[in-house]
Amino acid sequence: MISNIIIQIGSFLLVLLACVIPLGRYMAKVYGETPPMQRVFGPIERLIYRLLGIDAKTEMNWKHYAVALLGFNGLGLLLLYGLQRIQAWLPLNPQQLPAISADSAFNTAASFVSNTNWQGYAGETTMSYLTQMLGLTVQNFVSAATGMAVLIGLIRGITRRSSSTIGNFWVDLTRSTLYILLPLALVLSLVLVSQGVVQSFNPSQTVELLQPIVNADGQTISQQTIALGPAASQIAIKQLGTNGGGFFNVNSAHPLENPTPLSNLFELLSIVVIPAALCYTFGIMVGDKRQGWAILATMTIILLGFTALAVGAEQAGNPLYQKLGVDDQASTLQAGGNMEGKETRFGIVNSALWATVTTAASNGSVNSMHDSYTPLGGLAPMVLMQLGEVIFGGVGSGLYGMLIFAIITVFVAGLMVGRTPEYLGKKIEAFEMKMAALIILIPCVTTLLITAIAVSSDAGKATVFNSGAHGFSEVLYAATSAANNNGSAFAGLGANTPFYNTWLGIAMLVSRFWLIIPTLAIAGGLANKKLIPQSAGTLPTHTPLFVGLLIGVVLIVGALTFIPALALGPIVEHLLMSL
Amino acid sequence: MNHTLPKNRSLFDRAIVGPALKAAVLKFDPRLQVRNPVMFVVFVGAIFTTGLWLHALIAGGETSPNFSLAIAGWLWLTLLFANFAEAMAEGRGKAQADTLRQSRRDVQAVKLSSAQRTSKQTTVAASALRKGDYILVSAGETIAGDGDVIEGVAAVDESAITGESAPVIRESGGDRSAVTGGTRVLSDWLVVQISANPGETFLDRMIAMVEGAKRQKTPNEIALNILLTALTIIFLMATATLLPFSIYSVSAVKALDPSSQALPITVTALVALLVCLIPTTIGGLLSAIGIAGMDRMIQANVIAMSGRAVEAAGDVDVLLLDKTGTITLGNRQATNFLPAAGVDIRELADAAQLASLADETPEGRSIVLLANEHYQIGERQAAGLDAEFVAFTAQTRMSGINIGGRQIRKGAVDAIERYLREQQSVLPSDVRANVETIARAGGTPLVVADGKRALGVIQLKDIVKGGMKERFGELRRMGIKTVMITGDNPLTAAAIAAEAGVDDFLAEATPEAKLSLIREYQAGGRLVAMTGDGTNDAPALAQADVAMAMNTGTNAAKEAGNMVDLDSNPTKLIEVVEIGKQLLMTRGALTTFSIANDIAKYFAIIPAAFASTYPVLNKLNIMGLASPESAIISAVIFNALIIVFLIPLALRGVRYRAVAAAQALRSNLLIYGLGGLIVPFIGIKLIDLLLVGLGLV
Repeated sequence: MISNIIIQIGSFLLVLLACVIPLGRYMAKVYGETPPMQRVFGPIERLIYRLLGIDAKTEMNWKHYAVALLGFNGLGLLLLYGLQRIQAWLPLNPQQLPAISADSAFNTAASFVSNTNWQGYAGETTMSYLTQMLGLTVQNFVSAATGMAVLIGLIRGITRRSSSTIGNFWVDLTRSTLYILLPLALVLSLVLVSQGVVQSFNPSQTVELLQPIVNADGQTISQQTIALGPAASQIAIKQLGTNGGGFFNVNSAHPLENPTPLSNLFELLSIVVIPAALCYTFGIMVGDKRQGWAILATMTIILLGFTALAVGAEQAGNPLYQKLGVDDQASTLQAGGNMEGKETRFGIVNSALWATVTTAASNGSVNSMHDSYTPLGGLAPMVLMQLGEVIFGGVGSGLYGMLIFAIITVFVAGLMVGRTPEYLGKKIEAFEMKMAALIILIPCVTTLLITAIAVSSDAGKATVFNSGAHGFSEVLYAATSAANNNGSAFAGLGANTPFYNTWLGIAMLVSRFWLIIPTLAIAGGLANKKLIPQSAGTLPTHTPLFVGLLIGVVLIVGALTFIPALALGPIVEHLLMSL
Repeated sequence: MNHTLPKNRSLFDRAIVGPALKAAVLKFDPRLQVRNPVMFVVFVGAIFTTGLWLHALIAGGETSPNFSLAIAGWLWLTLLFANFAEAMAEGRGKAQADTLRQSRRDVQAVKLSSAQRTSKQTTVAASALRKGDYILVSAGETIAGDGDVIEGVAAVDESAITGESAPVIRESGGDRSAVTGGTRVLSDWLVVQISANPGETFLDRMIAMVEGAKRQKTPNEIALNILLTALTIIFLMATATLLPFSIYSVSAVKALDPSSQALPITVTALVALLVCLIPTTIGGLLSAIGIAGMDRMIQANVIAMSGRAVEAAGDVDVLLLDKTGTITLGNRQATNFLPAAGVDIRELADAAQLASLADETPEGRSIVLLANEHYQIGERQAAGLDAEFVAFTAQTRMSGINIGGRQIRKGAVDAIERYLREQQSVLPSDVRANVETIARAGGTPLVVADGKRALGVIQLKDIVKGGMKERFGELRRMGIKTVMITGDNPLTAAAIAAEAGVDDFLAEATPEAKLSLIREYQAGGRLVAMTGDGTNDAPALAQADVAMAMNTGTNAAKEAGNMVDLDSNPTKLIEVVEIGKQLLMTRGALTTFSIANDIAKYFAIIPAAFASTYPVLNKLNIMGLASPESAIISAVIFNALIIVFLIPLALRGVRYRAVAAAQALRSNLLIYGLGGLIVPFIGIKLIDLLLVGLGLV
């Protein structure tokens, strides 16, 4: 059993690490002076600039950069909202789906613009093909590209000296989409199609069941509706852009969204490949690859720790079954473990691994139902989100979040070596600390507040489907997912209500943009500073010691904030279950 | 009136503890409390729980009155301990300031109508003197204000300021012209031009600094405060939202089991949890650490003009050190005799000693001693010899002796060459070669001639102070670059730099060269520290990030620097850097300790707070605390007492060693990070045992 776990997780890690260097190097070039593959992309890039009247040579200071970013995303929010509201009258709607309610449309628009991709709706029965393609898929690309642009702005802030500008938002956005996301998504879509993921404009097909069944009401059911659609193209970017919003309601647990173990591996890899490779890109751009490796090591170690927790808890099975004499242990006859809510084609390890990877990275797609996990198995994905989506995190946003944690770590640790703190040659002073404090503060406070509002209001409590501590976990999970821009759903909570649509929508927008603005402010502040040369008195930020310290800070800040809440949810549930 | 500054006060000096306790009570003023966000939360919590206690007493409340009284009481004590820490740190400065203030008693000054000593005199109070006024100070009088000597030479007792009882000479012109108000003229008289208005004098600034009266938060302190405030807000949210979470959980439990006795978490427990979680340890000690840093500077007899300067000292990565006085002993010394071909070394040594008998300069004395020590040429008494001594003059640039028909001279090579030419003789080529070798090796050659014969060369050398090489090595390990500043030629400078083990040198240094060197380093992102005493050092001092002026220096230098060394010992710059680093380390260590403490407090309070809702959470009570009440009270008591236990550490600073950053981090992390994790588990358990043992819970 153990060797099976090691092989499955190990092979995933190996392939991931193998992709890091080439992709990381490629991306570093994309944001450099002369982007690669000019013959292919150069003309398109220049055409975009010409059509939109963008002067690619103009540099922006952080405020201009932020204004451009907010304007672009604000417009995206309005367009996506409008598109959903009028989809009934637009083409490419073979199912004749009606317009979407105002609160759900707001929630979905906020969700996709903020790269959260929380889905209060069921994809195949709500969104027309046009809305999925023109609305959701477009946001899947540009919300990811926005995150990458902010990261590149921050890295420029770190590397530039005494400069007032941090780059051009339009260029960073265009290059992220055109040079990185589009080609990768194209390749991945084709791979997925090869595995059997659908890509079709045909309406849903009705087929005769081979074996008719009788349902609880005594009716014989002999037909099944199979939903179709342009799924592969959206799934590719849903994974690559850490979006996670599935084409079908059950997301990557759906056989037409994730049909085979191989498609599962590719989808799993594509969740973290860009966030992981961006660490290497960061290393190249700051001129010290060890810095990138240190960050990647930090992320990987935390992810592995929580994966071990989730796999262990799920494989251990359910003590309540064991009390009833049900054998759910691994043996030569069965794989064992808690298989409720998991697909047999993925099994315990690949389900639990997906659960932790998708919540570590701010993806949120699922290939199993987290609500059915054991309490500790469900705690792992919840805590990974509560850490602020910095363990790989969203494309771009995960790394800039982690760099903010690095700045906080350097602040405390730097004092302990007897110098005022500096990170990569830049002094960390009051302004940076103020912004970093906001970045740490906002998701924590939003998560706690939304949970508190939900459990104290009748509207919030009305759609909690489970009782006791598990019901509390469901609310906490939803608030955590929205307030950290993950989008993963625990299920068990009826979230498509005006109450949750509105509150979670607000949480997603607040956490996304109130983090981006202070991050850009830090970028601007750091760009302005002089570069302090390294010496023996400088705190090294690439050593195992620093990695350990960074892990400690990330875990302690997350843990200290959420332990009381977790104690009332998964922790007590676990203790009660094993009584 | 000879009160020297007391140094090295013991940490809990009775004279400081008493007033500090009183000051700690006065600090409960809400206007003072609100300045520290972390402790202000405790303040509000203390008021709140006191209200809950009164409510419980009168109308019956959510908890027993004894429990809320215990929590309220210990919260007030937490505040008192933090106030006490700050008052202790300030108290040490206040005691120092009181001593200083005695020398500021209003004295009478003899004001002159012009710079002439003979001009019209009027007697005025010192407080009436203004910048630019002239005063006459005679023997036995106290100088009424800061100023520059315009006329006269006098011995001045500066012990009131420096603590050094030996008088110093002050005279007009040059770098020894500055006098400080409050010091006393012992002999002769001085005409002084006042350079500072009352209230702005050096003594006033010094008192203000040591008292911390004008203390402003330093940049790093502000940044740290922001982090601590952010943590406080997070914990405030975490505890505030716990009430609705708990109410929901209670209703969920009751829905499943109507007979459950579940009760929501009490507000008292929430306040206790909040106060335990917010970083009160560092929050309560932060200002004490800052004040204590200034105080350690004062113990080292350095007056920093701002807290910012002390902090910057920790960041310094380049030290500009003047060669003379800092790296080398003030004077060169004879180290070797190199005879000319055919001359016996004893003859040279003998002649050299004779030529130096009347030479009272340290160089001259060292020649006499060298001859005595190495060649057993007994020291002869100049007075007993029938000889004529030739004194050094600026024209001849030689000195020597005429004895028994011999005319022995010693001097610089060009002076002796001229002398030999007058005697129709020349300098032998081997002597010239020796001269050049010595110069290249960083020494100063003196040639000795006896009449027409050049006997050889005396090698004079700069003597590098003992232990400096090791000191510079330590600095290098800490990542600090040392640069020697000297007026010597590059050849000599290079040799001395190599011997002293400095990283770099600036030879033939002019004030302009110094200034541009500082700017160059700063442009490269480095922080530069230097010392200086002369008026021409002022621009460089003003430019440097940490600039320590010598107290013996001119007023211009003292104005330009951001600290003044009362001992006028340039080597102290290294100590200043160490104090700065220690200050920052103490802050970081206690922050880490404070945050690490929270883990244990969770294990104490969470099971206790939800004991009625989820009794199963008692499995998290790994310390085995006796009851929910005792668990919460023990955590609160620990939280309060740890402040008291850490006061000595805050005041003394964490142990400082000159090691590289990575190593310093590792050891501090081990002590304060790991220690911070473990200590509260033990402490809370012990307090719980004690409470149970005393039958208090």
